[in-house]
Amino acid sequence: MKRQELLKVLENKRINDDVFMIVLGSKNQLPPMLPGQFVQVKVESGMVFLRRPFSVHDVDYAENNFSLLIQVVGEGTKAISRVVKGSMVDVIYPLGNSFSMPVDAQKPLLIGGGVGVAPIFFMAKVLTNKGFKPDILLGFRNIKSVIKYEQFIEVGKVFVTTEDGSLGVKGYVTDHPVFNSGIYDISYCCGPEPMMRAVAGICGEKGIKCEVSLENLMGCGIGACLCCVVDTVRGNVCTCTEGPVFNINQLKW
Amino acid sequence: MYLHRGSGIQYKSVEMVNLGFNIGDLSFKNPVLTASGTFGYGAEYDDFFDVSALGGIILKGTTLEHREGNRYPRMAETPSGMLNSVGLQNRGIDYFENEIYPKVADYDTNVIVNVNGNTVEDYVALTDRINRLDKIPAIELNISCPNVKSGGMIFGTNIDSARTVIREVRSVCSKKMIVKLSPNVTDVVTFARIAEEEGADAISLINTLLGMAIDVNRMRPALSTVTGGLSGPAIRPVAVRMVWQVAKAVSLPIIGLGGISSTNDAIEFFLAGASAVQIGTYSFVDPSISISIVEGIENYLMSKGFSDIKDIVGYINK
Repeated sequence: MKRQELLKVLENKRINDDVFMIVLGSKNQLPPMLPGQFVQVKVESGMVFLRRPFSVHDVDYAENNFSLLIQVVGEGTKAISRVVKGSMVDVIYPLGNSFSMPVDAQKPLLIGGGVGVAPIFFMAKVLTNKGFKPDILLGFRNIKSVIKYEQFIEVGKVFVTTEDGSLGVKGYVTDHPVFNSGIYDISYCCGPEPMMRAVAGICGEKGIKCEVSLENLMGCGIGACLCCVVDTVRGNVCTCTEGPVFNINQLKW
Repeated sequence: MYLHRGSGIQYKSVEMVNLGFNIGDLSFKNPVLTASGTFGYGAEYDDFFDVSALGGIILKGTTLEHREGNRYPRMAETPSGMLNSVGLQNRGIDYFENEIYPKVADYDTNVIVNVNGNTVEDYVALTDRINRLDKIPAIELNISCPNVKSGGMIFGTNIDSARTVIREVRSVCSKKMIVKLSPNVTDVVTFARIAEEEGADAISLINTLLGMAIDVNRMRPALSTVTGGLSGPAIRPVAVRMVWQVAKAVSLPIIGLGGISSTNDAIEFFLAGASAVQIGTYSFVDPSISISIVEGIENYLMSKGFSDIKDIVGYINK
């Protein structure tokens, strides 16, 4: 069940030039959250009034908190990136569907690009806890824009690409030789849309099942405004309620 | 139980003030409704509050046929507002009757269908279908959608076609008929008078204002349709002005909407002459804002020493 709640900012940590991690705590018991689900955060800033959606990055049920990665791209995300420890933020959550779980001995490849690594970390952690051994392919612009490399190493085998070659393989994630290994049955991807389209293409070619997490512009996040639609084999559907995770065979890409 | 705002979810009228209003013999328990296209079919908000506690809900715009709506992107945030060009995406009246109506019929409030069409014949045929649905007490005749190529605002911005569609729908409509006016006209009063002359039971205004935004990075229009409808707090002063103008010119009940995001915003509309209000875009930001405003209106009336919402309708003209 969705809820609207004031959550306390337990931490706000700068990850790199334009990405922040905020940790939010509830005085109520957190609802179950799944990798791929997202939250809508209210913006307390002048003329910006629509909420901003963020994928759940990590959940700590023992401590009753969860974290988000906030990339500053405009006025709304800038305001959210500046929330201070101890203040309260108004959040609607959890929203949307989640990545599916692999079956039996399927070998998963997780692929994250830029701030799109947010739900990939959560998924990697859940997969590892369930006994899967995910490999993780992360793509960044350069070594300065790398997000939480050390944490990823704890939840899987990590491969990195950077556009300038300052870390890992030079190029885009789809340039990485990991795709030629032939060991993956299923992939889960979140990043900029051109990257996800390229990943969908290569997974299609190699017969790897693929799910992507979309980030369409949203008005409400709860299926009321019909703004965030994506064109699927079933017609226009809301990314916020039918997604954000879609199997690529559902998308008209 | 997680609402931070007031006691919305536990809202119970203290019955010290009368919040009810009527459209003819149709009673509304309070004067707060939700605007079409911002509240889905109600169920989207069930997790947040008891939708039946509202005065009414106006469902997503409905057409005879299934419509896919416009291409993405359909939304652009603008200063204190948003542009949309959804384009009346809905699954048509057959789906509505079979799948949605049985669910919304359970709400203990007035559930109103927002009626759209490409042609006068479409509007009439759709109205005829809704006549058969017992639990729908009223229609909102939408002659003001700016996001469709035919129908919609084309009817609502032309004097002759507005008169024709209102007259023809009235001739078959066995429900209460609310006519939703477009603000994209030189003189909204002309259209309000036409609605009154042609037998409307109430008028709602305003629909969205035609607008446009350009993405300077992509150097392309922000919306796939180039233009779209502007809603949100940015349009409220225009809406209040139009409600005030129309209230002075016609004797029909007026339902005011446009950018309401708080109790005080809603009160402006009553003081200008509206008998009721609709909450639109702000439900996206605060899903329970509509029920909070019901409570807020009650508190406002008590604080000002009024016992009935009717006492403040058009107060600035008294």
